[in-house]
Amino acid sequence: MSSYSQSVADDGTRSETTRPAVEDRASRRAREHAARPTVRKKTLWQRIKRDKVMLLLIAPGFVYFVLFHYLPLPGNIIAFENYQPYLGFINSSWAGLDNFVSIFADATFWQALRNTLVITSLQLVLFFPVPIMLALLLNNIVSGKVRKFVQSVVYLPHFLGWVIVVSIFSQVLGASGVVPNLLHMLGLPQWDAMTTPWFFPILVTIQEIWKDTGWGTIIFLAALMNIDQELYEAAAVDGAGPWSRLWKITIPGIMPVIILLFILNLGSILSVGFEQIVLQRNNVGPGAGEVLDTWVYFHGIQDGQWGPAAAVGLVKGVVGLALVLGANKVAHWFGQEGVYSSGK
Amino acid sequence: MEKPSAVGRVGKVVAIVVIAVLTIYPFLTVISTSLSDSTDIANANGLVLFPLHPTLAAYQTIFAGGVVTAALLRSIVITVVGTILSLAATVGMAYGLSRRDLVFGKFILLVALFTMLFSPGIIPSFLMVKQLGLLDSYASLILPVLISAFNLVVVRSFFMNLPQELFEAARIDGAGDFRILSTIVLPLSKGVLAVVGLFYAVAYWNAFFNAMLYLDSDKWPLAMILRQYVLLGSPLNTATAGEISAPSQAIQMAVVVISLVPILLVYPFLQKYFTKGVLTGAVKG
Repeated sequence: MSSYSQSVADDGTRSETTRPAVEDRASRRAREHAARPTVRKKTLWQRIKRDKVMLLLIAPGFVYFVLFHYLPLPGNIIAFENYQPYLGFINSSWAGLDNFVSIFADATFWQALRNTLVITSLQLVLFFPVPIMLALLLNNIVSGKVRKFVQSVVYLPHFLGWVIVVSIFSQVLGASGVVPNLLHMLGLPQWDAMTTPWFFPILVTIQEIWKDTGWGTIIFLAALMNIDQELYEAAAVDGAGPWSRLWKITIPGIMPVIILLFILNLGSILSVGFEQIVLQRNNVGPGAGEVLDTWVYFHGIQDGQWGPAAAVGLVKGVVGLALVLGANKVAHWFGQEGVYSSGK
Repeated sequence: MEKPSAVGRVGKVVAIVVIAVLTIYPFLTVISTSLSDSTDIANANGLVLFPLHPTLAAYQTIFAGGVVTAALLRSIVITVVGTILSLAATVGMAYGLSRRDLVFGKFILLVALFTMLFSPGIIPSFLMVKQLGLLDSYASLILPVLISAFNLVVVRSFFMNLPQELFEAARIDGAGDFRILSTIVLPLSKGVLAVVGLFYAVAYWNAFFNAMLYLDSDKWPLAMILRQYVLLGSPLNTATAGEISAPSQAIQMAVVVISLVPILLVYPFLQKYFTKGVLTGAVKG
């Protein structure tokens, strides 16, 4: 933000240096004298020349963003084609809206949409509050050493890839793991949580909680640190107990962050951890394990139904972008800074 | 704060212990299983907490050559090369964009930041990689994910917060932009580069989906081997299959351990920096 206002100020001073037509000699000389140390008025070409090293350093990154984030966008045109890989998307024939008609008539598409929404909603309800609670708990640990240790432990799973996490989970919950054996010892049927379709949304939420709860506390811990400590002291003097301090000071203090993150999460309700799901989709079958992204992958890249798969990807991308932008708008409306106004 | 109630304190301790156990236990059981022999595993009913008859048979089997060793080396090379390239591209771009009145600066920054909001989709990305002739090449694991806009913002905001007088002084001494980067900016940025480097390295180490999309199985990194042999349960072809009778479960867990170890090794060194790094990113990005 600061850089943005800075550059606006620069522009302002620059335009003021344009010289008035009538001026007496003495004051003109004085102006020139004052203006010389900051030779500001530069042509575009001069500025490019001045910044050439900077532009050269930027070039590889800029090419990367254009090549892998913007140039593929026109490739979405195959959503409107009978795309054949050997013809390419210039020579493939037009399909109009046929691909969209066919996916909207496809029960597996609606199933994938439903699964996506079930999983993301469940994560919003079950996963979202957990880091807040853990942050409150960590914030309450008086001993700095204990807090550091617990933080180191709970941050760690964030750095494991999904392949590792799912491997670990199948070791603990899978057929030969602790949980089925424990159930067996209790005389219950040996239940394998990894391959039970109805349990799948809960399973992936539990995995998410295990992996990212600790990491999720970071932003809430920062918000907690910004609460004025004098408020607590004043409240304690006035006889407020720990609970009333929690509800009257702590929770209201971090509420803006909670609301902001909740809205942003709502905006990404069509996006579910793709790597996590694609690893486990076949354990429970497409009925429970297919989400929009895996639908695109299995129907498009695996089965070669390029057109319909690109159509699903496009629908998801457009609706998803609208949701993210909408969520940002709402977040602004709540008086918070959203993601897309910052960093400028 | 004054003394909390006894019940509250016990509750807190119990909660913390439970959380720590739930986090650590899976690591423990994975490592123990990889070190156990078959009778231990059979007797433990899945609850292998400690290897009663510790053996390195599983690791000997894996490192005797074959698929896992090759994949491990591949993953190391991809991670090292990828991290270096990503860091270089990120630092260059962030440094350029940290100049406040850079020509086209606002436009370039928007081009980068906007990519946080959308992705071109799996199919168009796949077709782009194919178009560039990168299918079945190691470059397909690095180039399509070269820079994360998030990391770019973290590094740029760090550069912008460096004391500008240092740059002015160097410029008066006749240093060019590149000299300033290499002699002033980089030495001051070790912390943030460590964090961002860790993020990139971990991402390269853990990535499997691009390998699944773009590579044939003879080029697979370790994460794909893990998926194939641990999650899908395909039999592992090792050079000495049959000679050493390590239980298959121990071998699977040994592969998991090998994937874990590099992360566990770098974690403590970089841990002290990363909270700060993420916060800069969260606040500015």
